[in-house]
Amino acid sequence: MQNQQEKPTKKLQKCSVLGPVAAIFASANTGSWRLERPEVDFDQCIKCGTCARYCPPDIITIDKTKKECVSFDWNYCKGCGICANECPKKCIKMVPEGSEA
Amino acid sequence: MLEIKDEARGLISHGVSACHGCGLEIVIRKVMDALDDDVIILIPPGCAALFSGYCKETNVKVPGYQGNLENTAASASGIRAALKAKGNDHTTVLCFCGDGATVDIGLQSLSGAFERNDKILYVCYDNEAYMNTGIQGSSSTPLFAATTTTPGGKKVRRKDLTQIAIAHNIPYVATASAHNIADLQKKVKKAREADGPALLHIYAPCPTGWRSNPAKTIEISRLAEQTGCWINFEYEDGKVTINSKVKELKPVEEYTKLQGRFKALTPEQKVALQEEVTSNYNATMKKLQFMSE
Ligand SMILES: Cc1ncc(C[n+]2csc(CCOP(=O)(O)OP(=O)(O)O)c2C)c(N)n1
Ligand code: SF4
Ligand code: SF4
Ligand code: SF4
Repeated sequence: MQNQQEKPTKKLQKCSVLGPVAAIFASANTGSWRLERPEVDFDQCIKCGTCARYCPPDIITIDKTKKECVSFDWNYCKGCGICANECPKKCIKMVPEGSEA
Repeated sequence: MLEIKDEARGLISHGVSACHGCGLEIVIRKVMDALDDDVIILIPPGCAALFSGYCKETNVKVPGYQGNLENTAASASGIRAALKAKGNDHTTVLCFCGDGATVDIGLQSLSGAFERNDKILYVCYDNEAYMNTGIQGSSSTPLFAATTTTPGGKKVRRKDLTQIAIAHNIPYVATASAHNIADLQKKVKKAREADGPALLHIYAPCPTGWRSNPAKTIEISRLAEQTGCWINFEYEDGKVTINSKVKELKPVEEYTKLQGRFKALTPEQKVALQEEVTSNYNATMKKLQFMSE
C-alpha cells in the first residue's frame, strides 16, 4: 500500500493542490457481490423509470424507444432488489444469479 | 487533475462498497446530482467515507477533505475562509456527515459554525446509529431500537437536531427522506443558495444496522413518514413549511415489523412506542404549525 503521507502529489496542474490526495476516480466491481439479479417482464413494463430512480448504485438505464427499455450495468448491480420492490407494475423479478434467462 | 479510471454518469462512481440496499448511497447520489462540480465535499469517518475512496483512489469527482469525527463543520468554516481569501464566493462547501458525527461528536463544532453564520451546506444523513464501527447507539437512535450498545433496546428518546439548528437562527433548515427525491433535491438547491449555514437532515435507512431486507429500504423510508416516525418540513428565514401531508397515521408496527432492531419489543413496549410516536408527532406538528404562521 502506498503511504500517502509521504508522497504528496508532485505535479501541480490547474488546481493548487498541496497533497496528499487521491487523484484517481475509480469504481469497485460491486457486481461480483450479486446473489440475485433483476429480470424485467417487458410486456408489463410501462417505462416509468421508478426502478432507475431508486437504484442505489444508479446503474439502470431507461431507453423509451426500445421495447426492452430497461438495462442494467452488471459490473455494479449489487442485487439488492430495491428496483423489484419499488416497480409499480411489479414486473421485475429477482432470480438467482447464474440461472438461465 | 483527476485521472478517470472508470467513468460514471454522475459525480460519484457506480461501484462503491456501501452495503447492498444502503439508503445513504441513494441519498449521497441524489444530493450530488442536485449540485454541480463546483463543490468541495467534507466527509468525516463513517459509512459516507466509503465514498471518499481508499488510498490513491476516490469515488467522487469533486475535491474532498476527510477530517475527524468531531470537527467537520469547523473544517468547513476554514475552507470557506480560505476560499474567501482567494476571492472565491461561488464554490459550495458541503459537509456530508452521519448522525453520530452530527448529533453527538460534532455538535459543538457545528454549533460554532452556526453561531458564526459561516456559509456551509451541512447534510446529516441519519441512519440512526454509528454504523461504520458496528452499530453503536447514537443520540439519533430512536426509543427501544436495539444496537450493540443498547442490546435490550434504547431506553431514552432521540434528540431533535432540527430544533437545535433552528435555535441558532440560521437561514435554512430542512428534513428530507430517501423516498421523496424531488423534495430532497429541491431542498438541496435552496440550501445551497442560503445566505449563511444551511442544515439538511436526511432520513437514510440502513439495512445492515436495522436488520431489514435490503429490498425494503425505500418502503421503510416511506413508512417512517406515513407512521409519523419522521416528519418532512423546511424552515426558511424564520418560517416553517410542512411537507409531510399524512391524512391518517399508519400504526407504528407496520414500520417496526420490517426491522430486526425492533424485533424484541414486548407487547407493553409496542404500546408505549405507539404512544410515544403519536404524542411526539402531535407535539412536533403543533410546534411546526405555530412556526409556520
Ligand atoms: C473521536 C472519534 N471517536 C470514534 C471514532 C471511530 N469512528 C469512526 S467512524 C465512527 C462511526 C460514525 O458514525 P456516524 O457518524 O453515525 O456515521 P455512520 O457510520 O453511521 O455512517 C466512529 C465511532 C473516531 N473516528 N473519532
Ligand atoms: S438489484 Fe439493486 S443494484 Fe441491482 S439494479 Fe436493482 S436496485 Fe440497482
Ligand atoms: S419500474 Fe417497472 S414499470 Fe417502471 S420502468 Fe422500471 S421495470 Fe418498467
Ligand atoms: S452499514 Fe448501513 S449505512 Fe453503512 S454502508 Fe451498510 S447499509 Fe449503508
